[in-house]
Parts: sequence; C-alpha cells; structure tokens
Amino acid sequence: MSYFRAENLSLHFGGLKAVDAVSFAVEKGEILSIIGPNGAGKSSIFNLISRIYRPTSGRIFFEDQDITEEPPYDIAKLGIARTFQNIELFENATVLSNLLVGRHRHSTTQLWQELLFLPSVRANEKMHRRRVEQVIEFLDLEPYRDKLISGLPYGVRKVIELARALCSEPKLILLDEPSSGLNVEETDDMSFWIRDMKSELGITVLMVEHDMSLVNRVSDRVIALNYGRVLAMGSPTEVQQHPDVVAAYLGA
Amino acid sequence: MRFLFKTDYEDDIKLFPHSGYWVSYGILLALLLIAPYVLSSYLMSQLVFVCIYATVGVALLILTGFTGQASLGHAAFLAIGAYTAAYLQKYNVPFPVYFFAAGALTGIIGAMVGFPALRLTGIYLVIATISFALIVEEILARWESVTNGNEGMRVKTLSLLGVTVPRDSPTFYYLCLAVLVLTIVGTLNLLRSPTGRAFVAIRDSETAARSMGVNVALYKVKSFAISAAITGFAGVLFAHKLSFISPEMFTLQLSIEFIIVILIGGAFSLHGAVLGAIFIVMIDPFLTYLKDDVPGMIAGIAAAFGAGKATAGSIQSNVAAFASLNGLKGAIYGIIIVLFVLFEPLGLYGRWLKIKLFFQLFPLYKRATFKRQKIYVKSERNR
Amino acid sequence: MLDFVQQLVSGVALGCVYGLIALGFVLVYKATEVVNFAQGDLMMLGGFFAFTFIGMMGLNYWVGFAGAVAAMALFGMLAERVVVRPILGYPQFSIIMATIGLGYFLRSIAGMIWGTDDLKIETPFSQGVLRIGSLVLAYDKLSVIAATMILCTLLWLFFNKTTLGTAMRASSENMLAAYYMGIPVKRVVSIVWAISAAVATCAGVLLAPITFIHSNVGLVLGLKAFPAAVLGGFGSIPGAVVGGVLIGVIESMAGFYLPEGWKDVAPYLVLLAVLLLKPEGLFGHHVRKKV
Repeated sequence: MSYFRAENLSLHFGGLKAVDAVSFAVEKGEILSIIGPNGAGKSSIFNLISRIYRPTSGRIFFEDQDITEEPPYDIAKLGIARTFQNIELFENATVLSNLLVGRHRHSTTQLWQELLFLPSVRANEKMHRRRVEQVIEFLDLEPYRDKLISGLPYGVRKVIELARALCSEPKLILLDEPSSGLNVEETDDMSFWIRDMKSELGITVLMVEHDMSLVNRVSDRVIALNYGRVLAMGSPTEVQQHPDVVAAYLGA
Repeated sequence: MRFLFKTDYEDDIKLFPHSGYWVSYGILLALLLIAPYVLSSYLMSQLVFVCIYATVGVALLILTGFTGQASLGHAAFLAIGAYTAAYLQKYNVPFPVYFFAAGALTGIIGAMVGFPALRLTGIYLVIATISFALIVEEILARWESVTNGNEGMRVKTLSLLGVTVPRDSPTFYYLCLAVLVLTIVGTLNLLRSPTGRAFVAIRDSETAARSMGVNVALYKVKSFAISAAITGFAGVLFAHKLSFISPEMFTLQLSIEFIIVILIGGAFSLHGAVLGAIFIVMIDPFLTYLKDDVPGMIAGIAAAFGAGKATAGSIQSNVAAFASLNGLKGAIYGIIIVLFVLFEPLGLYGRWLKIKLFFQLFPLYKRATFKRQKIYVKSERNR
Repeated sequence: MLDFVQQLVSGVALGCVYGLIALGFVLVYKATEVVNFAQGDLMMLGGFFAFTFIGMMGLNYWVGFAGAVAAMALFGMLAERVVVRPILGYPQFSIIMATIGLGYFLRSIAGMIWGTDDLKIETPFSQGVLRIGSLVLAYDKLSVIAATMILCTLLWLFFNKTTLGTAMRASSENMLAAYYMGIPVKRVVSIVWAISAAVATCAGVLLAPITFIHSNVGLVLGLKAFPAAVLGGFGSIPGAVVGGVLIGVIESMAGFYLPEGWKDVAPYLVLLAVLLLKPEGLFGHHVRKKV
C-alpha cells in the first residue's frame, strides 16, 4: 500500500469542476511535484487534503487510514503540515511564537497547569523551544528570532512558513509554490532545503510548483494537471515531453 | 540602551526580559501596598474601581485583543457574577464559595455564548454579543424571584473567614488588588503557553492556525470562558463595592466603557488595560474638579490680568454654568475617543513606548517608527 | 384578525423607520466598509434640525424637511471629513470606536442645545386616518411606509444604474484599485456620507409624529436598526429594509401577543436564531478567503 493516496478526488463548485476524479499516490520518502497551468486545480488539491474544502467525492488515505472525514485540526495531528501560496503567518507575533505555534500538535499541558505555569509546563516549553531552535538552525533563521512578522521581507516570510511547518515534525509536508516570489538565490536555497528535508529529516514532500528548474532539481516524480484532471505522471523529463502537457502549456 | 544576551532557553520563557523589571514592578507594588495609609478615602475608593475595571479590561483583552473576538457584552458577564454573589449571599454561603461559584457560572455561560459565536466574525459577532447583553439585562429585570427585578438587590458586607471586611476598608482594597495581580500573572502565564499562542494564532489567521493543528472552535470557546470567568470574579467585587445592584447598572454603556478601557490603554497590552482603567475611573473626579475649582481659577486669572470685579464674577459664573452643563461628560467621552483613535491609535501605553524609545535612541528617533500601514483593500471581510 | 392587521401595519411602519436607519448603515458600509455606530444619532440630529426649521422658525413642512435634509447632508460630509477620512484603511475596530465616540458627542451636544424634553413636529399627516371597513390606519404610519418604498427604490436605482453608483461599488471592493482607475475615491466616500445622513434625516422627520424626538432617540432606535441591517446581511439595500420590517413586525407582534418584557427581547432572539443558521444574514454573501 502507498504511504499517501488520493482516490477519485473531486471538488465541484456548482458546475465548475476544480478537481475532477484525480487519483495519485505518494511513496514514503519521495518528493512528488504537481505542475500545471493557472487554475488547473493544484492548490485545490492541497486545500482538500488539509480539509479547508470538503471533497465532493473521493477518498484520501494516509498511512492506510482514511482521513477524508477527519476535522481539519486533526490532519496536522496525524503528521501532515503545509505551507500556503500567499503566506499565512501570524502577522502580529514574533517569529519565535509563530514557530512555537507549529509545535502545537505536540503540546500536552492542560489549561489550569498553564495558568499556574507549573514546572511541567516549563519543562515542556523548554523542550519546544529546543526543537524550534533546531529548525531555526536548519533554515538559517537565527537573525530573525525576536522580530515581528509584519516587518519582515517576503523571502524571509516564505522561509518562516516552511520553518513553522517543520516545527510540527511532520511526516508529510505539503508545499504550495515554495518558490513563488523568491529571487534566484533564494530559490536555490529553497531547493537545497527541500532535498535536505527528504535526506536528513526523512520527510515525504508533496509540492505544487511553477518553476520548472526547481521541479527538475528536486522532484522524484511529477504529476501534470489541467482543468482538474491528471494529464501525465512520471519522471520530470517524461512528463515535460508528454504531448498533452506540451499542448496544455503552449495552448494548442 | 540595554542589550540582552540570552544564554539559556529559559531566557525566552521567563516573565520579564531582565532583572530591571523586578525592581520597577516591586517598587510599584510597594507603593500600591502603602496607598491606603497615604491617600484620601475618596481616592482609595477610586483605586478599588481601577482594580475592578482593570481586571475586566484584562479579561476583555484576552478575548478581543489576543483572540480577536470583539465583544460588546461584557457588562452582562459582570452582572451575572454580581447577581450570583448577591443571590448566594442570601443563603449565607461563605465568600470563597460564592466567589468561585460566580466565576464558574459566568465561565460556563461565557462558553455557552462562545458556541453560537463560533461562526460569526466582525460586526456579526459584535451584534450577537450586544443582543446577548440586552437579553441578560431584560432577564435580570424580569426574573423577580431571584433578582428582585428593577428594585435591585442589596449586597451584604463582605465577610472573609469570620472577619467583616467593609467596602471602604484597606483589606477590601488589598483583595481587589490581589485579584487584579493574580489575573495579570495568570494571563502572562497563559500567553507564554500553548493556549495563549493558539489564541494569537486564531486572531491573525484562522486558516493557518487550523492547519497547524489548533482546534479553532475549542480555543475560541476557551477564550470566551476564561474571559467571562475573570469578568465574573470582578463582578463579585463590583457588587460588594457598590453594596447595591440593579439591572440598569449593567447596560450597553458599561460594555462600551470596558471597550474604551482597552482602546485608550491601547497597544493591545496588559499595561494598556491598567492604564485605560485608571483613565476611565479618573474621568469622574476630573469632572468634579472641573466643576468645583476651575471656574474660580479662571476668574482669578482674569482678575490678575486686570479684569474688573464684576467681569471676573460673570466669567466665573459662566464657566461654572458651562462646567455643570448636563451631558458634558458624554461630550468629553466622545471627544476623547475620537482624538485617541485619530492621533494616538496605540493608546496611552503606545505613547509611553514612544517616549521611552525617543530617549533610548536620542537623537536618532524617527517619527515614522510607529506609523501604521493603511490597507485599502477589503481584507477584513474575507477573513 | 383586525387586531392582527392593525399590529402588522404599525409593525411595518416602525420597521420601515428601522429599515431607513439600517439603509444608512448599509450605504456607508457598502462604500467604505465602515460600520457607522453614529447612524442613529445622525437621525436624531436630523429630527432636531427639522424641528428647528418647522417648529421654531415656522417654515412650511416641506421646506423645513428639505432644509433639514440639505443641512444634514452637509453635516454628514463634515463628519466624514473630520472623523472618518483620517483613519480610512485602519482596522475596522478603530473606525467603529471613532463612530461610537462621534455618537457620544452628538448626543450630548444635542442635549445641550435642544434640552432633554420630548419634542414634536406637526406634519400634514399627523391627524388623518384611512378607514377600510372597520380597519383604521393612521396616515402618519402609511406615510412612513410609502416614503421608505420610494427612497429604497431610488437608492437601489442609484447604486445599480448610475455611473456614480458603480464608482461607489467599485471603491467598496478595492479602494486602491478604484483610485488607480481614476475614481475620485475621497469624493465618493464624502458623497456616500452625505447620502446616508440625508436618508437618516428622512427617517428622523418621518418618525417625529410616531415617537417624539429627544437626544437619546438615535441610540434607542440605532440599537434596533443595527440588528435590522445585520439580519438583512449588511451590504444589501433591499436586505436592510426587509430586515427592518422584520424587526419592526416581530417587535409589535411580541408587544401585543406575548407577556410584558418580550417586546424588547424578541427581535434580538430572532436575530440570534438567524445568525446561528445563517451567519452572514439573510441576504449576505459568504466570502471565503482564498489561500
């Protein structure tokens, strides 16, 4: 059985079929990219997995468990973290507290313990803080720890969002256009990090991306979508040479 | 300027960033402890109200400031706390029991308000909380077997462990101060724990909070419950301080005053809630002062500039007539709110931060440091 | 049955007044995404202006009415210029607070100028009644209903059929983009405030024969009109009037058929029930943030 599986996933808005009977599987430890023109339904698939939308039909499995009906907050508890296309950070909080929210799924303390800040809470907080520091080190975010998000440039925010997702120690991470809005140098960094995530941290990556050079550099397999349907699946070069994919991009 | 060198993860967790805070807050606490032996009984009474208002301010801050859920219904929570105390007192329930019972009941009702509020945002939430408060007000006026209706209820003098504590005694003041300090410390603890961070996460982006594993609905209800419970505790003290309660004390006007507390205090900080409470409680003595002393002073100044006795007298009576005009308080309220929103959106605490920064950076301070970004697209509607 | 119709008509008439105030809320909200908590107080001020022109200066009813509307339109622009424009673009909460402050100020100023007594305006509709069989309908109530229908239609046409109306809708969607497209956003906002103050004045003057004018009337009625606007979905012109009529009818029915005390609470209970089922009101659109 596959590690993560979507079966006949559909999302219809009235007559519009944003996602139309899409099936695919992700193997443990691989980097799978979803490509496709604007409006092909790539981000919709992510929003279906993280339960922002409810699928019209179809099922989603993770580690052989049906997660189609799980409430949104439990998706993260199962070990699936995500980033967003247009950055959804907690604007008026520091980088550190943003990353600590990423630790939320590991928090075990009760409200009354927190009100008194008992030693157990303190010990937990120190543990969380240590884990966050490891991520900060991994992504070179040391200069920004105590800065407010609202004052940071776009490129840094993008990395912080990735960091927040990593702080939850996910098994599967969904990256929604990790390179959008980044310059060439930052995109290079991003590609190294994505590969390190796989090799060093053992995280499975599912990502939506437009930048083909990034896709080629990091992906093990690629899925091409158009109008909510799967056009092609396979290695990066196979998919890019597939006649349907070429037609979809060139508008033939 | 002080640079902080952190050598331990503990440094990010502790209550105050550096030891200087312990000194300044220690001095402040000491001053507050000797206050009853220094200040007049009138000012002491105002100080008790400051403690109560600040407690409610902190409660409202948890809900509105940190979780981002606006409420114009906190007067109702205060009323529920006050009436629970007054009702249980009739059956000779001891103070600690009805104090905590009031907090618990208000907390439960707060959670019950929180559930329907889950799907509401912005103005819809505001109107829902207003509706709740109006309904509570009407129930208090109509449920005569329990609340004694519009005639109100007398609240007996507080008795703590067999000792009576009159409402103008130093002990009562210490009790209110203790409740305030404990509330503030509890809130600070909450803010450095997962729950507090989840609140802030919900305020800034519900979608992201959810995708990080925060059960948004549960935490919103928690925030409502905590905020209501603290307000309920404050309600007990409020009832004892006034020694008489009736439904028309807990109107929308009072809820608006609580919002003003956190607005004028500002910067969405606990400091702000306390400063705001001081401000709103001290408006009354200020207006009295305006009525009693200022006309004479102005006449005195006019006389000093060579105005005749008759002119000075007429100036005095004119100014006095103006100062005692009906509704002057409302106009001053209105002007203060508008001026704060226009010119000091970060509130009193924001002003203090600016002054502090000015001296720290002198002569390099830039006025634009605190300039807020304006957003002209509809962002709030799509939250 | 007769009682029922009688109550229905007076409920609808009262509801139309709520609807007119709610219309003011909606207009300002549509154009600037500002919730104007001082809307009821603008109505109150309009009523006092009309009283000054008609009751004190002895002008003809219609001349005084028009004068009050014109004066209040100017006042609306002034209020916008002084209080709202400097903080456009700030969080909604700040602007709500500013308008609450404005409301406080207007109430107490009105109390200082016109005193705290209830005032009454003589209108051409004050006395007459319309008899249909044994049904007796007062002209003053019918006049309110008719005027609301006319105003609502005019405003709807204005917003949907004129260039200026389109400009207003555009600037409400995205002020910056509208500005770049050459729409004079500041003037548009100013005009919206003028219109909403004028509509509020109409409500105030029409109301004068039904309830009297006093400095707190705006607060009391504003608190009823606000649920009306929310019920209608805050942003829909017909929604505001429908919401207002619903609130008015519920209130008058509850006052007649239910025990004492329900009259003031019933509208809010209904409002809470509606919000539970449809969090965006009856005519509102649920907009989802795109991620």
